[in-house]
Amino acid sequence: MSSSERRLEFRNYFQDNLGKRMVTDKVIKIIVIACVAIAIIPLGSILADVVRMGVEIISFEFLTALPGAAGSGEGGIANSIQGTFIMIGMTSTIGIPIGVLSGIYVAEYANSRVGKMIRFFNDVMMQFPSIVFGIFAFLFIVLVLGKFNLWAGAVALSLIMFPIIARTTEEALKLIPDTYREAGHALGIPKAVVTVKILLTAAKGGIVTGVMLSVARIAGETAPLIMTILGSKGWFRGTETAMDALPLTIWRLSLLPYDDAVMFGWGAALVLITILLVLNMGVRYIVLHRKGGSGSLGMFMRITGGKK
Amino acid sequence: MSRDLLAKKRNFHWDSIFKIAATCAGAFVLLIIVLIFGQLLSDSWLIWEKEGLAFVTGDRWNPVEGRESFGALPYIAGTLVTSLIALCIAVPLSIGIAMFLSEIAPTRIREPISFVVELLAAVPSIIYGLWGLFTFRIVFKDWFESPTHEALGEHIFLFRDAPFGLDILTASVVLAIMIIPTISAVSREILLAVPAIQREAAYMLGATKWEVFRMSVLPYAKSGLIGASILGLGRAVGETMAVTMLIGNAVGPKAFPFGFFQQGNSLASIIANEFNEASPVSLYFPALIGLGLILLFVSLGINVCAHLIIRRVTNAHEGGIKGF
Amino acid sequence: MEINALDVLNAMKKDEQPPTKRNEPGKKMTNDIASNKEYKVLIENLAVSYSGKTAIKDINMKIPDKAVTALIGPSGCGKTTLLRTINRMHDLTKGAEVTGKIIIDGENVYDSYINPILQRRKIGMVFQKPNPFPTMSIWDNVAAGLKLNGVKDKSILNEIIEDSLKMAYLWDEVKDELKKPAVALSGGQQQRLCIARALAIQPEVLLMDEPASALDPIATQKIEQTIIELKKHYTIIIVTHNMQQALRVSDRTGFMYLGDLVEYDKTEKIFKNPEKELTANYVQGRFG
Repeated sequence: MSSSERRLEFRNYFQDNLGKRMVTDKVIKIIVIACVAIAIIPLGSILADVVRMGVEIISFEFLTALPGAAGSGEGGIANSIQGTFIMIGMTSTIGIPIGVLSGIYVAEYANSRVGKMIRFFNDVMMQFPSIVFGIFAFLFIVLVLGKFNLWAGAVALSLIMFPIIARTTEEALKLIPDTYREAGHALGIPKAVVTVKILLTAAKGGIVTGVMLSVARIAGETAPLIMTILGSKGWFRGTETAMDALPLTIWRLSLLPYDDAVMFGWGAALVLITILLVLNMGVRYIVLHRKGGSGSLGMFMRITGGKK
Repeated sequence: MSRDLLAKKRNFHWDSIFKIAATCAGAFVLLIIVLIFGQLLSDSWLIWEKEGLAFVTGDRWNPVEGRESFGALPYIAGTLVTSLIALCIAVPLSIGIAMFLSEIAPTRIREPISFVVELLAAVPSIIYGLWGLFTFRIVFKDWFESPTHEALGEHIFLFRDAPFGLDILTASVVLAIMIIPTISAVSREILLAVPAIQREAAYMLGATKWEVFRMSVLPYAKSGLIGASILGLGRAVGETMAVTMLIGNAVGPKAFPFGFFQQGNSLASIIANEFNEASPVSLYFPALIGLGLILLFVSLGINVCAHLIIRRVTNAHEGGIKGF
Repeated sequence: MEINALDVLNAMKKDEQPPTKRNEPGKKMTNDIASNKEYKVLIENLAVSYSGKTAIKDINMKIPDKAVTALIGPSGCGKTTLLRTINRMHDLTKGAEVTGKIIIDGENVYDSYINPILQRRKIGMVFQKPNPFPTMSIWDNVAAGLKLNGVKDKSILNEIIEDSLKMAYLWDEVKDELKKPAVALSGGQQQRLCIARALAIQPEVLLMDEPASALDPIATQKIEQTIIELKKHYTIIIVTHNMQQALRVSDRTGFMYLGDLVEYDKTEKIFKNPEKELTANYVQGRFG
């Protein structure tokens, strides 16, 4: 039998299995969709719980008064809200300049080997357990000053913040075409001025996104605060004293054996989650509405690798 | 002319100051990493001196003065066991989600779903803990743990303990929920990075979507997906608050994880729970710092592996299909 | 002697056709084709747009059986788009919309009852860049399509793989190292492996998208020899930007420009004595 005759028979060995294969395809598709559903259910449950419980307790007093006696159901969480915003402010004061400058260094100054190394260590540090930063700030500041204080908390949180900002700044600067830099240098403008006036302006959207993401990340951090700002029941009395913050309050209240205290915890959780949602929506808005910023959301998600 | 020179000189001045500042900021991360290791090592020195390697292999935990004895093994095991269980749950789900987002979802719903999954990442650990403590553990105990214990408890030692809700499995499941966004976001990027031409090779042969994924996409993306999973493992290892609130916080030999429904403890949660109780002049304190140092090493090792794998994969993609 | 493989296949297929399809539109074409076996693929009023932007428009072509048809034209003229419509590869492209008909053996590829997966099995495709499955061995690469079709018997697999590799003129070079990873082959060998992989599923039409563009001259020559040999058994449609290549391998040539099929005729006529001035200018290298 010649080879071409034989070839005609090959098709006879093929099975009519398409129906079966399409079924497998469908089944897999259903499984995959189920995966998505399973991941979304907890989110729905969390948001539903926080909103349901939180709305019940939140009132003007809750948002503006100091806490009353534990479990009395009186007072509010105003000092924690104040503390969270003060923490965000102080952390940003330390974290943003270092982060942005570090991003500039990697993108504009470092040769590729050094740049790669620093980027690698930024990535590694981003994944450090946050409690380790708390321990470090405790040993480095709290023990030295002899008391729990806000600066220790801000230092601990800024160590979480600056690698995120450094990486987003670097990525944002890399998206700027080299022609911007060449144009600046051709005009004889010094590199520092080109970087600050031209490049940072062009990369503004990306940097702001990074800052907001990092703020959202640190605002929910609890572990480092336990060993740095400790918690208190009063208003802000200067940066060298202990202070409360929302995550700390939630933790403390959730462990108390009183229903009222736990309800206060849910209320604080609602306030915290609202702040975080506003920040995340803001990031999304910036990323989606920035000209030429398409595809950068993926980049930012990759950098931060999801958070917490 | 002279003014020009002066301006140039002043500019040059600022130029170098700016460069120095940027360099310092760039080097800051190295400085901080060294500083953290140095600080943790020096402050935990006492415990290494007293216990030596037994600190890593021992299982006793007695902070009473005069009879101090510290061993980290149950907490190291607790950290690894909870993280690995979480990984086993999270990896298939995350790859499913990534597969949905990269292969199946129409463009219209791809973005909203990505956003929702990313929102899961934006919920702070403490709120997962709160939800776990007051909602999830009750549902989970009634619907899964108690029935499983009744059915299998007598036969399989893993299900032996009477479930209470605050145990290793509950902590692991909540941990899994928390690392799903990390793994699925990175996996999605890796699947999207598989060149179209690879998919087309399989489509051309008359493959269904699943067959394309199995033949073409999965082998190509495999090491990247492993990297993404290890990154998730790194996250799980360092996770503190939710685990602290759910794991039951046992100490000493009975914290060693032998069963799903047993109270356990992890490195991060014992530190969070006991840090403020320890006097900085006792041996208790260096023991906790020592746990922090071990945690740092575990997490560092895992994350360096993950980054090296992911980087190798992305480089391989840029340079074609070499290295497989 | 050679038996006309496709005639037999077509005859077999006709027997298998379920009666429900007899009244489908486009069925009428079967008779035309039966009476005129010269043409394998008929393209009627074909247009493709991406997200509303027209890529090709109003294409009409009759593609002869057991011959090589080349599509030439400057880059961006739509020749690859046209090629990819034939096995419904645009199903995978977001925003792509196809109107018109492509009739193969009397069936419109775009009819709703046609399963594109089944359709693709009938049509092999070779891409611009060699794309073997990187993690598979040479043997596994060729076997991939067969395994999808449920061929499990090792000896039959071996037989078909050997036959396909021989058809792609790769057998002599790789017969002793079939277990080697496919990526260990040279670029030209990889491309011929991709041809073998496409042939293994016993297609009737072979589509080639600039198959030699990433290869060196010697590898290109081998691919061209392969194409000339393959046309004894298959209908081949090849996209190329290399006019010499079109002249060397093809029997018919279509010249495309800005989404239009400007001229389509015997290759000799297109290159020596084209009807249109645009075609003459292009084949003489005045633009492109």
